[in-house]
Amino acid sequence: MLKKSKLVVALAAVALVASTAPAAPAAGNLEIFTWWASGGEALGLAGMTTEFTNKNPDTTFVNASVAGAAGTNAKGVLVSRMEAGNPPDTFQAHAGAELSSYVKAGQLEDLTSLYKSEGWDKVFPADLIKTLTTKGKIYSVPVNIHRANVLWWNPAAAKKAGITKAPASLDAMILDLAKFKKVGIDGMALAGQGDWAIAHLFDYVLLASMGPDKFNGLWNGGTKWDSADVKTAIRKFATILSYGNASKSLDWPDAGKLITTGKAGFFIMGDWASSQWQSEGLVLGKDYTWAAGPGTNGVYQWLSDSFTLPKGAPNRAAGIAWLKVCGSLAGQDAFNPKKGSIAVRKDSDAKLYDSYLQAAMKSWKVDRLVGSTVHGVNYGNAGMSAYDSAVGKFYAGDAKDSKGLVKGLVAAYKTNNA
Amino acid sequence: MAATTLIKQKKHIQNPWGGFFFVLPSIIAMAVFVYGMIGWTLKFSFSNRTSAWKKDNSFAGFARYTELLQDPEFTHAFSNLLKFTIVFMVGTMISGLIMALLLEKGIKGEGFFRSTYLYPMAISFIAMGTSWRWLMDSAQGPKATGLNLIFEKMHLTFLENAWYTSIKSSMFAMALPAIWQMSGYVMALFLAGFRGIPDDLREAARVDGASEYKIYRHILFPQLSPTFLTILIILGHISMKVFDLIYGIASKGYVTKVLAIYMWQVIFDFQNYAKGAAIAVVILVLIAVVVIPYLIYVSKTEEAK
Repeated sequence: MLKKSKLVVALAAVALVASTAPAAPAAGNLEIFTWWASGGEALGLAGMTTEFTNKNPDTTFVNASVAGAAGTNAKGVLVSRMEAGNPPDTFQAHAGAELSSYVKAGQLEDLTSLYKSEGWDKVFPADLIKTLTTKGKIYSVPVNIHRANVLWWNPAAAKKAGITKAPASLDAMILDLAKFKKVGIDGMALAGQGDWAIAHLFDYVLLASMGPDKFNGLWNGGTKWDSADVKTAIRKFATILSYGNASKSLDWPDAGKLITTGKAGFFIMGDWASSQWQSEGLVLGKDYTWAAGPGTNGVYQWLSDSFTLPKGAPNRAAGIAWLKVCGSLAGQDAFNPKKGSIAVRKDSDAKLYDSYLQAAMKSWKVDRLVGSTVHGVNYGNAGMSAYDSAVGKFYAGDAKDSKGLVKGLVAAYKTNNA
Repeated sequence: MAATTLIKQKKHIQNPWGGFFFVLPSIIAMAVFVYGMIGWTLKFSFSNRTSAWKKDNSFAGFARYTELLQDPEFTHAFSNLLKFTIVFMVGTMISGLIMALLLEKGIKGEGFFRSTYLYPMAISFIAMGTSWRWLMDSAQGPKATGLNLIFEKMHLTFLENAWYTSIKSSMFAMALPAIWQMSGYVMALFLAGFRGIPDDLREAARVDGASEYKIYRHILFPQLSPTFLTILIILGHISMKVFDLIYGIASKGYVTKVLAIYMWQVIFDFQNYAKGAAIAVVILVLIAVVVIPYLIYVSKTEEAK
């Protein structure tokens, strides 16, 4: 009896030690930190991982992924690890201003030389490299490009409402929303959970209503947040919200289902929606179709996931090996068709991609590029959070408090530039 | 043999240092991880460390706290928390007391009901949050789902509402799942309180011709006042700290933001460590205001015994 209990105690002690063993991997590991944990994202990551392990067979791949909510949960964990001086070997972050806090804190290594040695400075679009560069240095390697200003719709539901082609302008879209309403279909699919998807819609409305020049001015002070242009955009935004589904608590995949099941007409969402639907077995062109966000044809509102090299990474060599895969043609073409995004490289093989992505590749080369606010291009983490919150407040107040929204947006701008 | 070990043991107990060394590890752990961290947070909250890249830990006085007072997001989160606390505490007390009164007489199958009522406590906040998110869907009328659909089918359409998605009612709705989860626990505490009162008292009162109402009002409830106080404290501090339930239902959404969620956002999204620490201190003070008088009261009554 005594022996037995001793054994139990010993086992418990072993279990305790095992569970409290340090999470930092031993040498020869690559610890990567991403928020890609399910669906097309996980598949794409797996493709890139295979590419990595083929090239680096001796390195063990450790995925410390934290799922959910456009990466907001992952960011919390990451911030504390960076602050504690325990960084992973590489981590995922949206390219652009979102990286700026890490850059300003001096937590990232300069990768400019890697761009030269790998030839990325020639195969990545010059406009993108300009956005990625902070004071002459580049701190991340983008693996993909997503488009934020895409209109998704269901041809069958649209037919019921007498709509046969995508609206060409914001005002035309609002007229179409009314047509949907007439036949008892919600005009716009809204995902109210956690504010960001509503802010995503608002970001598009701002762009469509003001045009790319004034929109870009919002982030550098060229356009005032309390200007008449912003107020007009807010008015249109409120009208669009009034055609939304009544349920205010949907996550974006649930809101997307309203489109694919014909319960809502239009959906403004990034092109990751397409890969999500394809992973559910739906067919592009039949179950759902797409158009550039009305009024933003010829403008590519982009966002990009990128990987970094934190200072003091335990396995720096493995981190660099990973970044090389991220920027390589094989890596990008393994990742992107599954993730539902296009490659950053201009020499990517279009045949591997579906018809939407092929069209996106063409637009990416000729369109005017504009950043997405909700996905880290225009604002850093603080500004982005305040922006989401301001729009969330407006939505929760039944889109009545336009003055409050302007005030919130001005405050978000100040937060970002504090 | 036996005698010597007995003597040894006695010596051990008599040596006051032996006992001290026994509790020393937990004293150190408490000192570092509780009080040390509180001190660390306090220090941060009085500093200028307002971003990840400004490594400025200089003393700022009450600057972060005055910032909080002028921050509409903070005042919003604060008033949300107050509303939540009031509805949650009153609601849980009342429903817990009613359940305890129903079970108190020793009905048939008491054990079954007791575990049924206690069961919600065993569910994780996130799982519960997800299902309550579905239940409290804001769609009304023909497209209603969840609770609103039940009201719709029962032709009680006036009861349908936007639940936690409307600024006016958000925190009242948010208190519902919390009440649902905690009232079983409150019932158990009340039940234990009732069982601690000797039956003689009731019988004596009945012999004296007191009605059931009077027995409860003048005999039983006054005896329960320590139980009431304990419940008040437990619910109070749970409510001040509430985070996972709200995050599970509405994530970081503006409407239902409370102090703990805003603190998390300020620290991890804004990376404004000083301001986040100041919010943490505010939460700590709120809890202390509730808990410390209780601790003083308890230690006084213990001494009196």
